[in-house]
Amino acid sequence: MRKRVVSMWFPRLPSDRVLRACAIGAAGDSRPFVLTHHEKNTDRIYCLNRAAEARGLHRGMGVSDARAYCPDMQSRPATPQADARFLQMLARWSKRYCPWVGLDGTDGLMLNIAGAEHLFNGEAAMLDDMRHRLERAGLSVQIAAAETRGAAWALTHYGATTRASEGLTSLPVAALRLDAKSDTALQRLGLRTIGDLMALPRATIARRFGPDVTLRLDQAMGARDEVISPLTEPPHYGVRMTLPEPIGLSGDVMAGTARLLERLCAKLKDQDMGARRLQLSLRLVDQGTQQIELRLAAPMRDATRILPLFERGVGAVDAGFGIDHLRLEATQVERLLQTQITSATPSRSDGLEDLITRLGNRIGLENIQRFLPADSHIPERSFQIAPAAYSTAQGPWVTLRPRPLRLFAPEAITATGPRPPRHFRWRRMALTTRRSTGPERIAPEWWLPDDNWRSGLRDYWKLDTAQGRRLWVFYTPQNPGWFVQGEFA
Amino acid sequence: MLDLHTHFPPMTTRTHEVCGPSASAFAFALGARLGGAVLWVREAWLGDQINPMGFASYMDPQNVLVALAPSHIDVLAAAEEALRSGSVTLVVLELTQPIGLTEGRRLQLAAQQGKSTGVCLIPEGMGSNAAQTRWRCTPVFDADPHAPDSTLQRWEIIKNKSGTLTAWTVKWDAQTRRINVVSSVAQ
Repeated sequence: MRKRVVSMWFPRLPSDRVLRACAIGAAGDSRPFVLTHHEKNTDRIYCLNRAAEARGLHRGMGVSDARAYCPDMQSRPATPQADARFLQMLARWSKRYCPWVGLDGTDGLMLNIAGAEHLFNGEAAMLDDMRHRLERAGLSVQIAAAETRGAAWALTHYGATTRASEGLTSLPVAALRLDAKSDTALQRLGLRTIGDLMALPRATIARRFGPDVTLRLDQAMGARDEVISPLTEPPHYGVRMTLPEPIGLSGDVMAGTARLLERLCAKLKDQDMGARRLQLSLRLVDQGTQQIELRLAAPMRDATRILPLFERGVGAVDAGFGIDHLRLEATQVERLLQTQITSATPSRSDGLEDLITRLGNRIGLENIQRFLPADSHIPERSFQIAPAAYSTAQGPWVTLRPRPLRLFAPEAITATGPRPPRHFRWRRMALTTRRSTGPERIAPEWWLPDDNWRSGLRDYWKLDTAQGRRLWVFYTPQNPGWFVQGEFA
Repeated sequence: MLDLHTHFPPMTTRTHEVCGPSASAFAFALGARLGGAVLWVREAWLGDQINPMGFASYMDPQNVLVALAPSHIDVLAAAEEALRSGSVTLVVLELTQPIGLTEGRRLQLAAQQGKSTGVCLIPEGMGSNAAQTRWRCTPVFDADPHAPDSTLQRWEIIKNKSGTLTAWTVKWDAQTRRINVVSSVAQ
């Protein structure tokens, strides 16, 4: 199969992306601009624009050095994730030229344009169109076409305007995508260009530098094939329905939702996914839109279970003059694998998950919480509180010493001395201590800063009062004071 | 004196009210007795919280879910929803204001429909007439020197729609996870 590969290299992708979004972007090319990232305990330049390069700055340079060179430099922190997303976006845009688009590292794209050139009046016109559009978008780009992926890469990165076959021989050996170590070794032997390398017998190269150099050479020359893995289209979890006549009864809307759900759940099942958040948009005849959001406590794709959960939202919708368009989308999905149901399968807590969903849609899913055990002697940190929808119950719970049923923020009581007081007042009650158990000394966890434990060590006592109340009090010897922190049964 | 175990657990598929300082101990003991999942509904602003390390001797904290509602109305709505669903055996509501007859009756109907039990922890004297029973639980000082971890309490029924009013002195046995009546002779 004939192959024609276009390589696009964006040498300044991160800084171009940020400058594009800036208001100063258009005029900003004349002013030095750098993106910084924190590495090895210092801020270094991650990417820079042409003006900054002209002033003698380079990648990897310390930001404070750079600022000394050019005091009017502007800087921003780098966000590699956003750059990766931007490259994905460019890859999607490149599908206007050909369907076969793959990523090349973090700053390039590879397009297999074989058979698509004629749509743009030939290859040269196509490349001009790419250049023109990308430059208008404010991106600096190097584009070249060649027979192989390796050759296209070499031509973009090592800036030759010559064609492949005769052109490649004059390029430096680094254009073969070699690692730094082999590159240096070849340079030391005086092999500066690819032509020099090709003049040597293959067996010698392989013995001296390992198979990698010959592999790269073959790939560039087309002797060995190299694939471009095209990006897959992410599945879209949205379905819609347009109605010939507007509807208004909530029963009708539910019936429509049921049909949409069936289609959506089939789609989710194909991909082994479960919906975590669903959005139902109802378009009214007067172009208004009503949206119902449903956040589920667990990934789900069972239409009969999801449908009743929509009832509350659909009941609250104001249909106006009627609804003529329904759209259901799973805005957040999670992997949900099929499980084999056997007699040994533990009973599923479907009902509880549905309940969490219902309550979560009223009071917020993060407000339904469960306790998880934690490894700490500090009473407040001996357990964790986690949203029930995003955690699973854990056990076992081990209690070494009796702990109060209720905990509250420490409440001061007037008492002095390291022994528990005989009489004290707490919450407007006069209490008399009849028995005190303790002390149990708990030291603060110095490795975790905690303002509540600033007062240092605590000696915990359980006080049984004559009035019946059993309180958990503590004394802070380093910072004398008595506090009540909990109550036993 | 009537046997406690004819009155405890109180009638299931109904809502009950508990007041007094040991009300949460009553709720945990009931949760342990009924088994299954427990939903604890309270207002988010309340300062004191239940401590899983403390109630682990009553019931497994894995079975407890806490719902933090932004307002009193949301506490009632969440509790009604949970009672009606029947997915939890016990719903505990921490109430800070008195509820009217309508709200109380709605909770009763929801509990009947979902075959689950509700317990409202109420401040003293703020009961609603819709409750099946109302209990007052107060801790009692245990003079027994061999029981420093004693949980001696006095449980009184102060309202009962279908029965008499009685009182018991009880104690939680963490080993067997059951509530024991302490006979008056032993004291």
